[in-house]
Amino acid sequence: MTARIVMQPSDITRALTRISHEILESNRGSSDLVLLGIPTRGVILARRIAAILETIEPDSGVTVGALDVTMYRDDLARNVTRTPAPTEIPAGGVDGKTVVLVDDVLYSGRTIRAALDAINDIGRPRFVRLAALVDRGHRELPIRADFVGKNLPTSTSERINVRLSEIDDTDEVAIA
Amino acid sequence: MTIRITGALLPDGTATDLYVADGVFVEATTADSTIDSTIDATGLRALPGLVDLHTHLREPGFEQSETVLTGSRAAAIGGYTAVFAMANTSPVSDTAGVVEQVKSLGDQHGYVTVRPIGAVTVGLGGEQLSEIGAMASSKAQVRVFSDDGKCVSDSLLMRRALEYVKTFDGVIAQHSQDPRLTENAQMNEGALSGELGLAGWPAVAEESIIARDVLLAEHVGARLHVCHVSTAGSVDVIRWAKARGIRVTAEVTPHHLLLTEQLASSYDSRFKVNPPLRRDEDVQALRAALADGTIDIVATDHAPHPVESKECAWDEAAFGMVGLESALSVVQSAVVDTGLMTWTDVARTMSTAPAAIGRLDGYATPFAVGSPANVVLYDPAVTREFATSHLRGKSINSPYLGFSLPGQVIATIHQGYATVLDGELVEVLDRG
Amino acid sequence: MSSLTGTAHLLSTKDLTRDAAIEILDVAEDMADVSTREVKKLPALRGKTVVNLFFEDSTRTRISFEAAAKRLSADVISVSAKGSSVSKGESLKDTSQTLAAIGADAVVIRHGSSGAPRVLAQSGWIDASVVNAGDGTHEHPTQALLDAFTMRKRLHGAASRGKDLDGVSVTIVGDVLHSRVARSNAWLLTTLGASVTFVAPATLLPVGIGSWPVSVDYDLDSAIAAQPDVLMMLRIQSERMHAAFFPTAREYSREWGLDDERLARLPAASLVMHPGPMNRGLEISAGAADSPQSTVLEQVANGVSIRMAVLYLLLSGGAT
Repeated sequence: MTARIVMQPSDITRALTRISHEILESNRGSSDLVLLGIPTRGVILARRIAAILETIEPDSGVTVGALDVTMYRDDLARNVTRTPAPTEIPAGGVDGKTVVLVDDVLYSGRTIRAALDAINDIGRPRFVRLAALVDRGHRELPIRADFVGKNLPTSTSERINVRLSEIDDTDEVAIA
Repeated sequence: MTIRITGALLPDGTATDLYVADGVFVEATTADSTIDSTIDATGLRALPGLVDLHTHLREPGFEQSETVLTGSRAAAIGGYTAVFAMANTSPVSDTAGVVEQVKSLGDQHGYVTVRPIGAVTVGLGGEQLSEIGAMASSKAQVRVFSDDGKCVSDSLLMRRALEYVKTFDGVIAQHSQDPRLTENAQMNEGALSGELGLAGWPAVAEESIIARDVLLAEHVGARLHVCHVSTAGSVDVIRWAKARGIRVTAEVTPHHLLLTEQLASSYDSRFKVNPPLRRDEDVQALRAALADGTIDIVATDHAPHPVESKECAWDEAAFGMVGLESALSVVQSAVVDTGLMTWTDVARTMSTAPAAIGRLDGYATPFAVGSPANVVLYDPAVTREFATSHLRGKSINSPYLGFSLPGQVIATIHQGYATVLDGELVEVLDRG
Repeated sequence: MSSLTGTAHLLSTKDLTRDAAIEILDVAEDMADVSTREVKKLPALRGKTVVNLFFEDSTRTRISFEAAAKRLSADVISVSAKGSSVSKGESLKDTSQTLAAIGADAVVIRHGSSGAPRVLAQSGWIDASVVNAGDGTHEHPTQALLDAFTMRKRLHGAASRGKDLDGVSVTIVGDVLHSRVARSNAWLLTTLGASVTFVAPATLLPVGIGSWPVSVDYDLDSAIAAQPDVLMMLRIQSERMHAAFFPTAREYSREWGLDDERLARLPAASLVMHPGPMNRGLEISAGAADSPQSTVLEQVANGVSIRMAVLYLLLSGGAT
């Protein structure tokens, strides 16, 4: 089945740039910002956003980390065991900060629910926001993204494939 | 009871008819009216009734594992017409009273001829000789004496025992195991025991005792019988002793002809036995020794144990395997089907020779007119996946469950009457 | 053989492939991070029941497994069932069937008989995953895993993930014959690429050790001169003297004890390890035990992480 490319590299760059500006706007600046990407591609996106923020407002002290949610999933007993990925909380922690969770695709919302539980065991942020490159709808929990790259209505039989050049050979979002 | 057996293959391969009447083999008769039953033995191998020189019937004292009755039935289905019952009962068979009781139970049940073995030492304690003379003169007419289960390890006591039994034409059957080298031993000592973390039973603990015993037997001019030989080194010692003219005989169990220590890797204690299963080199040496006569006979060391004694961790489990029901099949698999021995050799090693060692009459000239009619009809051509349904004793601790084994006993005739017909036990009425 | 996640039990390190072993070590890295957090708990095994079935006394291993299970939010039941000689044979079967009735998901078993965990796993008496916490003189797989983890961490620090122990030389000194730790380490360390040398008097080495993937040296001083990366001391039990394995504790200590003088001859970067509990002054001096090269305390902490990883990998998957 042929895939339909819905975002080219330049589309992704523009989306991330816009998200970065929106983050700064809603946060009224860059103070106390912690970007936590959800492995694997959420971490890559978080790093890109941090780099863009650095060009808009240099030396702002925005920190980047990774938040693995495997242990907090609600479907552990239903699937084959998953190997967790590393969690890296930046120095300075999350207490009192504005944590922006970053993920590539927002779908049922269960991953973000697990991420909220994970953060809860690490500390107490002042705010938690969510940035997603793609929102494909079909939420099963009352979760919404604060910052969205692209809204992509899809049917549940379709798959969204996000590829990022840091680990795949190109940047692209496709529907298959 | 007159029985005609038609078309049987004798051990030497000749096809013949056999006639049995009043407990003995008789001349052929053509008068059908005098024949009570006919057994069609076409394609079946006729062997003289098997004689087991080493069986544990457990009665008196351990009836939860086996009784003389259940053990006799297990023997009959295995083609045995005589068994020698080891002395490690409770009370120990160290007096005329106990051995006479065991013999009379065997006679009463009637499935096999039971010849009790007398203990060498009182209570198997290894310190004081038991009343060997009384046992020899008793109705049980004991000629084989053994502390099996334990070794007569004290050299002086073994010397005395060997000398004393000469008085009664007896033989000491030694369980060769140096106790100091095998304290808490669990399996053969070697690379595998080290890996599995199970205490080792070194071959030298068997070989050194045999070496000592054959020299003692030579020195005092006595007969010696070595129980359950299990190592290639033991075979070498016995071969050397026989070459010197020492009157030593030896037995090997069916399981030591077929199974190796690798089976212990699963920690399944059905494979735990004393002496332990050894290496493949030992199995091959034992087969060759049985074929060339260095080892004289096959003896089962049938050792029943209740389920709870085996359903536990290895070192908590009892030692032993049942073997009467499977013996002939295992021997066929290990040495006949491999071309090392013929059925004539099987008849010798499983009937005539053990009877001779145990001074049991009636087995010296099998099938001869006038000889007691002890015969087994065996079908070597079938294959069975061995299962508990093939056992007839009280216990099920067989290492062969799930194994494919050749052959099946179709009929057993003991002293002229059938104990097994059409592959199934015949109900023998108690003979009071 | 598949990784741990495809099997139901952890009975030995002999059965672990290199990939399965590295997976356990890597997951343990994540588990180690949990103990640095404010809330030292993960919900991954919530609702699962882990039973510690200890037929032999062992406070430290039992506590370690308890902590591991609790940090994953599992329910823990500890049973101390010392089999009496009267009830031998009944203990294992009857006790395990009681556990099945309670609904145990995992049984962590320490038993004095080699092979008891395998007998339990094969028996069909219980449905649970079986974890071997030490069986007789056979294996102690989680100990070897935490030892390997400790070595890896000291060697590679934060960059440990995915790494094996290729080229690392490990010398294990002591009563190898009766040591399940020595056996589990021999298999695991070799699988991970390390080279293993045993040092002991000949009476304390198993017959047939020539066929194991290890080297043997009777002389501790020559083994130290070879500058091993890791020197692991095993505990000596005084009962061995009465069975004539060695004449006196004094002679043993003189020939095979890690005293301060031998410690000084060891390269400064070499690790000194001990599975515990230690006989200070017998197989290891106080100076060696407390030196910066000693990993004894880290081994304890790492034990919890490793056991968390093992429990997670065995219990979290559902559908197959």
